[in-house]
Amino acid sequence: MKNKKLKINSNNLLLIITVVLFVLMYIGGCVVYADKGFTRLQTFLFILIDNAGLICLASGMTCVMLTGGIDISVGSVVAMDCMIIAVGIERWGWGSPALMLLVLVVGLVFGLVQGWLIAYLKIQPFIVTMAGMFFARGMTAVICTEQVSITSDPFFTKLSGFKIEMPFGIGAYVNKKGIPQIPYVRVSVIVALLVVLAVFLMLRYTRFGRSIYAVGGNQQSATLMGLDVKKVTLKAYVLSSFLASIGGICYCLNTMSGTTTQATGLEMSAISSAVIGGTLLTGGVGNVAGSLFGVLINGTISKLVQTHGQLIGAWANIVTAVLLCFFIVLQAVFVKVKERKKA
Amino acid sequence: MEKNIVLTMRGICMTFPGVKALDNVDFTLRKGEIRALMGENGAGKSTLIKCLTGVNKFEAGEIHVDGIEGPIVNKDTLDAQKKGISTVYQEVNLCPNLSVAENLYIGREPLTKIGTVNRRKMNEMAAQLMRDLDLDIEVTQNLENYSLALQQMIAIARAVDMKSKVLILDEPTSSLDDHEVSLLFKMMRRLREQGVGIVFVTHFLEQVYEVCDGITVLRNGTLVGEYTVEELPRVKLVAAMMGKDFDDLASIKPEGEKDMSHAPLEIEAKGLGHAGKIKPFNLDIHKGEVVGLTGLLGSGRSELARVIYGADRAQSGTLKVDGKEVNIKSPLDAMNLGMGLLPDDRKAEGIIGDLSVRENIILAMQAKLGIFKRIPMAKQIEIADQYIEMLSIKTATRETLIKQLSGGNQQKVILARWLATNPDFLVLDEPTRGIDIGTKTEIQKLVIKLADEGKSLIFISSEVEEMLRTCNRLAVLRDGEKVGELNADEMSQEGVMKAIAGGGANG
Repeated sequence: MKNKKLKINSNNLLLIITVVLFVLMYIGGCVVYADKGFTRLQTFLFILIDNAGLICLASGMTCVMLTGGIDISVGSVVAMDCMIIAVGIERWGWGSPALMLLVLVVGLVFGLVQGWLIAYLKIQPFIVTMAGMFFARGMTAVICTEQVSITSDPFFTKLSGFKIEMPFGIGAYVNKKGIPQIPYVRVSVIVALLVVLAVFLMLRYTRFGRSIYAVGGNQQSATLMGLDVKKVTLKAYVLSSFLASIGGICYCLNTMSGTTTQATGLEMSAISSAVIGGTLLTGGVGNVAGSLFGVLINGTISKLVQTHGQLIGAWANIVTAVLLCFFIVLQAVFVKVKERKKA
Repeated sequence: MEKNIVLTMRGICMTFPGVKALDNVDFTLRKGEIRALMGENGAGKSTLIKCLTGVNKFEAGEIHVDGIEGPIVNKDTLDAQKKGISTVYQEVNLCPNLSVAENLYIGREPLTKIGTVNRRKMNEMAAQLMRDLDLDIEVTQNLENYSLALQQMIAIARAVDMKSKVLILDEPTSSLDDHEVSLLFKMMRRLREQGVGIVFVTHFLEQVYEVCDGITVLRNGTLVGEYTVEELPRVKLVAAMMGKDFDDLASIKPEGEKDMSHAPLEIEAKGLGHAGKIKPFNLDIHKGEVVGLTGLLGSGRSELARVIYGADRAQSGTLKVDGKEVNIKSPLDAMNLGMGLLPDDRKAEGIIGDLSVRENIILAMQAKLGIFKRIPMAKQIEIADQYIEMLSIKTATRETLIKQLSGGNQQKVILARWLATNPDFLVLDEPTRGIDIGTKTEIQKLVIKLADEGKSLIFISSEVEEMLRTCNRLAVLRDGEKVGELNADEMSQEGVMKAIAGGGANG
């Protein structure tokens, strides 16, 4: 008979490995760079702040990858969003709340078009979102070719600089100048974590969320079981573009500017985060919590390289590459083992 | 609608581009009845099922379901399910990455007050359903942790729980072992008692007589008849499927057959098999002998040949070619051992449409030599011309693209391709299907001529007469298993039919 105690399936095992890896990596960083402030809570919070936009992107990417698709347009969407906000404030004189709303609407429309092409016309997601990538990057330059810094919207500036300090002074420390500091996060981090929570609950507890897994597990079966596969697919891409726009706003709050080359390759970071977090490229298996840890691992690598001080940033790419290979091989092994069990 | 009838289909017509897939087909199913839908591959079983479930759009005809006024047309599978028609397919159509409970309820999960999925209630409902059906399954486990048979049961459980009046089982047993099949049958009988009408699509004759009440036979997209099991003993069923009237079968005795059993062996297969395709079999083929493989379409004829040739690698057994034990890993190994295979699906596996007749002819020869030893053009032309003449291939020039040729001539080109490699052993899978009588006769003559030259052949055809004319010996296949052989003196239409229908036949 079947082993009923088999609670750790490959799905959450990959997640566990990711979490363990992150913890080990972080503890390693703390041990090696204790003198450079790596042990401070603020260092960890900085990782969150730096990657708030990426966390939103990775959440959306996870949903799309769970359906078995991919969305490589999100990095360019972020750039376009930043440019719309920057130019909107500085050149058109719009208020930032209206612009943020506009950016979200643009994200929805963008996702609708991409999702419709993929779900209803059955065009390869890679091709469609590649077109989307070029289009968004192109539009960024069409809006403005120069770098535009955001300086003249007090609300947006305030939002960007707003510190949310840790309650009860948790993790307080004294900086080099001897001034006591209370660790803080920015608004973008709160937004990003809310996005992760929302997507997590959505994937686990709503019909739409479960349908995403069904579509990724076996599209034909999902159809035959009476699910509207096209609609689910469409919605996943709309969600991805929408979350990319939220990510774009978070990103813009960090950079406070719009440039044409901004967020280049951010979609790849989102994909690698999802993969490292245990999402299978073939769809059906994965978890947004894993993707969050994927982002944290990527962020920690960058932070470690940065803290070392002597290494060029390219080393972060190499470590990411090695990790990515490790996880893909691991996933392949799981799939093989599963097949063997079946046969 | 007559009482107790749960489903009627009347005059269903459906055309695929260029093919009349269903022509005026009727189908009737009663409450608490298990009805087998029989027919050879391509007879229209699946098409009919798909018309019923809304996957295919039929052009004419009506479908009536008990309890619904007027004829129904299902937009899609979901629509059919809502009207009480559920289907369990051959391939388990569930999601392996979801839990058993989710597979049972996805799309109709119990919800909480705020509209989220109530996982606890869903699991409880699923567990209850499993208990009702006597299945020992932990519903929170992922589906992929269970065997195919159990997955199939779960698929059926899903269908049953949707209060289906009509349950369609599309070849559910093809990947199950005997024990699992008996489990499935137990469940089917249980559902029959509950009044569910079951359509059982299968090509396993034994199973039909084990579990079914009625049989509907299709052939070439038309209805042959609707029978009760008692009316249609095995041999008559086979005759109906193959389009022969059993009572009229003349005992045509082929003439001039040679007994080749004293010639040296070319092929000696012992226990060769490939799980799920062909059960282990023994087969000897002598030099200069034509062995026919007979059986219904889908009985494992092609599969047997493919295992010998290495197109499907044998998982068990040994093969001796010309007295030497060999290990064929791929078709190229087989070719180097002097074997050739003419596949039955020449469009998909045989011709390369955008290459010329000449290129198609020298293809296998070139493959055998390897790509670095190019055959000189003069030689290619010589070979091509030789076979075009020998097989009287009707083509404008030797450089004409093969896709411009007629089916029969394409077939000859592929035959030429293998003859050019000068094989000692050649498998011809349905070489005469879909070609005109004249060419058919030419190919039959050629087969006999090749055998006279000392080559060994496997000849596969759905036409019994043709087999009787060309073969020295027949191997009979049923349900993926070689079940016997017929020697020259046992070979007659009637004998072949009986052999195909199998032992225990009451006719």
